Amino acid sequence: MSARRAVESGVPELDPYLHPLLKKNYGAWKWHDRPRPGVLHHVAMSGDEVWTVRAGTQRQLDVHTVRALCDIGDRYADGFMRFTSRSNVEFMVASQSQVAPLIEALGKGGFPVGGTGNSISMISHTQGWLHCDIPATDASGVVKALMDELHEEFIHERMPNKLRISTSCCEINCGGQADIAVNIQHTKPPRINHDAVGNVCERPTVVARCPVAAIRPALVNGKPSLEIDERKCMCCGACYPPCPPMLINDPENSKIAIWVGGKHANARSKPTFHKLAIANLPNNPPRWPEVAAVVKAIIHAYKDDAHDWERLGEWIERIGWPRFFELSGLPFTKFHIDNWRGGRGSLNASAHLRF
Amino acid sequence: MTDGKKMPKTPMLDKLEGGPWPSFVTGLKRLAKDESKPYAPMMKDLLGQLEHSYETRKGYWKGGTVGVIGYGGGVIPRFSEVADKFPASSEFHTLRIMPAPGMHYTTEVLRKMCDVWEEYGSGLIALHGQSGDIMFQGCSTKNVQPAFDAFNDMGFDMGGAGPALRTSMSCVGHARCEHSCYDEPRAHRQVINEFLDEMHRPAMPYKFKFKFSGCPNDCTNAIQRADMAVIGMWRDDMKVDQKEVKAFVAERGRSYVIDNIITRCPTHSLKLADDDTLKVDNRNCVRCMHCINVMTKALHPGDDRGVTLLLGGKRTLKIGDLMGTVIVPFLPMKTDEDYEQLVDIGRRVMEFFADNALEHERTGEMIERIGFANFMEGVGLPIDPNMVSHPRTNPYVRMDEWDAAVAAYEEGRKGQGAHNKGGQS
Repeated sequence: MSARRAVESGVPELDPYLHPLLKKNYGAWKWHDRPRPGVLHHVAMSGDEVWTVRAGTQRQLDVHTVRALCDIGDRYADGFMRFTSRSNVEFMVASQSQVAPLIEALGKGGFPVGGTGNSISMISHTQGWLHCDIPATDASGVVKALMDELHEEFIHERMPNKLRISTSCCEINCGGQADIAVNIQHTKPPRINHDAVGNVCERPTVVARCPVAAIRPALVNGKPSLEIDERKCMCCGACYPPCPPMLINDPENSKIAIWVGGKHANARSKPTFHKLAIANLPNNPPRWPEVAAVVKAIIHAYKDDAHDWERLGEWIERIGWPRFFELSGLPFTKFHIDNWRGGRGSLNASAHLRF
Repeated sequence: MTDGKKMPKTPMLDKLEGGPWPSFVTGLKRLAKDESKPYAPMMKDLLGQLEHSYETRKGYWKGGTVGVIGYGGGVIPRFSEVADKFPASSEFHTLRIMPAPGMHYTTEVLRKMCDVWEEYGSGLIALHGQSGDIMFQGCSTKNVQPAFDAFNDMGFDMGGAGPALRTSMSCVGHARCEHSCYDEPRAHRQVINEFLDEMHRPAMPYKFKFKFSGCPNDCTNAIQRADMAVIGMWRDDMKVDQKEVKAFVAERGRSYVIDNIITRCPTHSLKLADDDTLKVDNRNCVRCMHCINVMTKALHPGDDRGVTLLLGGKRTLKIGDLMGTVIVPFLPMKTDEDYEQLVDIGRRVMEFFADNALEHERTGEMIERIGFANFMEGVGLPIDPNMVSHPRTNPYVRMDEWDAAVAAYEEGRKGQGAHNKGGQS
């Protein structure tokens, strides 16, 4: 092994990687529009114009796919590209005549052009079974299956407003807040591998991690271990990362829940967290058809009923939750009612009702 | 390089190869079939293990300790729990490498990264992880150091992991967006590169994230995901080009403008005049961005630009979801001193966090535990009514220092008031 010490250079400079036209008009843009789905057209104060073509990728990219994108960049886009936070690739060109050949090349390469404006963009997601140490489901597979189903809404701009989806393989929710979030929800307390706890886990740390103080140290078969008060346990899985013998993942009982109405922009309304729509869907690889069916039902209800510019959560805010459950065909249960701290704030403290 | 290993049977994963969306499975198979490359056996076994996960609906990776010389973090160690079945991918670590702000690349640098990752890694690259890193996924323990050395020689550095300052993200901003209210890439680099020691040698109670968004559209999702959200803001009047307003009304029609712009203003601060111009009540505009997003030619943020800082965003574990809340309503971002002041506030907040948070406690949880007013006093930032949705609704507080608090408020007000408060335009 080399004894070379790292050059602690930090975040690299932007300049070497910035398209010359973006560099020239840095901080001096005037307006933009979208000539067609997947294409942005920005005009600078200087009068310079730049067209951006956006395309979806699979995020987990093999070097051949990265090189295929580089080939397209070299041939059609001056050798520059960037990525969005949702793993879409963007190529910038200086004239409108360069747009069509770029779109054609991306199409031939299998990269769908879209994800702009009022569309469904690529799903923000996590690592899953491919690489995470705590996942109850896969990420890339769920996303691939869902994006196949939602492809038409990626390449068109025909939703009331943009619709953003995330998926997450545990309740930590690394995929993040979204209009529709597909997250694991465990339904049984962890099984404990008592033979391993004493050697693997720092027990006070595990006790401290539990949000409901359901874990305490115990001697089991003469060995130091942990025990769980299963009446208190809410199956969140917080004990699992610091202590892998707390076996929370379960092929049958780790289910999928779908949450709706998260929004991070401040546009119109303040940012919101997503809320529970339905739980207990099976974790059903390789294509998770039950999840896709519910996601599509919610999207169709939103698309049919929302006004222009309403995000999914704003639409529900206007029509009310009773109508949301009616239009989406989903059941309302006692599990939708928040019993966690601050939960009373989510109850209806008024005589504003809908029938 | 081939060791005669056969492609594993992957009937479940095969079902993720059809359909219109690009398939990661097809990519994994391409790598597994690269018989001339050192990673082919590793990727065959990786496919085998992933298929095994699909069959059994369980994950089979565990963590460990793997790193590079001089750094305490940035490598995500992965050891297989089913290495007996899939030995070639028994070590499959990830290197988190920070891209340039805004995730811009030349094809040249991406090709070089591919070459390095073909030589030392699996050939699999995630662009990007949720924190904004390039994730070079799949490296043996012995190849971690030479792979990092090669990336480091190209001018790239390790990102954050564990209880440390994490890799940051900034929106496209100044590079290509007319809404941009400050130089996001500059702020991103200046803040993060000041605190690389906190990133590379993890010694904080838990993770600490900065995210930089150029306007309140918050394209990096900073308020919900970052400990410190840096959001572009302006405090003078928004800019209105009435000629373009008239053109927009002529093109879309009055009812479109009324339904989609005027009545969508959250504080009823917009009015369409009889001559199809727009009247703006700037004192009551909350800078939500909606009208500016819709009328991109006619409306723009004002000229007195800077940032708003919010602190404490995070998801679920342990106490539940928290959004960041305002700690600095406005910080101008024009001069070098302004950018240094942003770095200084970041330093004070991180130092307070390091000194006062419990193990595995995020900033939002720490503030919930100690109280927001106490936190602000601790870091020495002035309070402001912009920091609350409304004042307290219960009397459960001892108020015998009320007069002193009023005096402090009056003192603070003397220092303000220089900027244009905005008005009708």
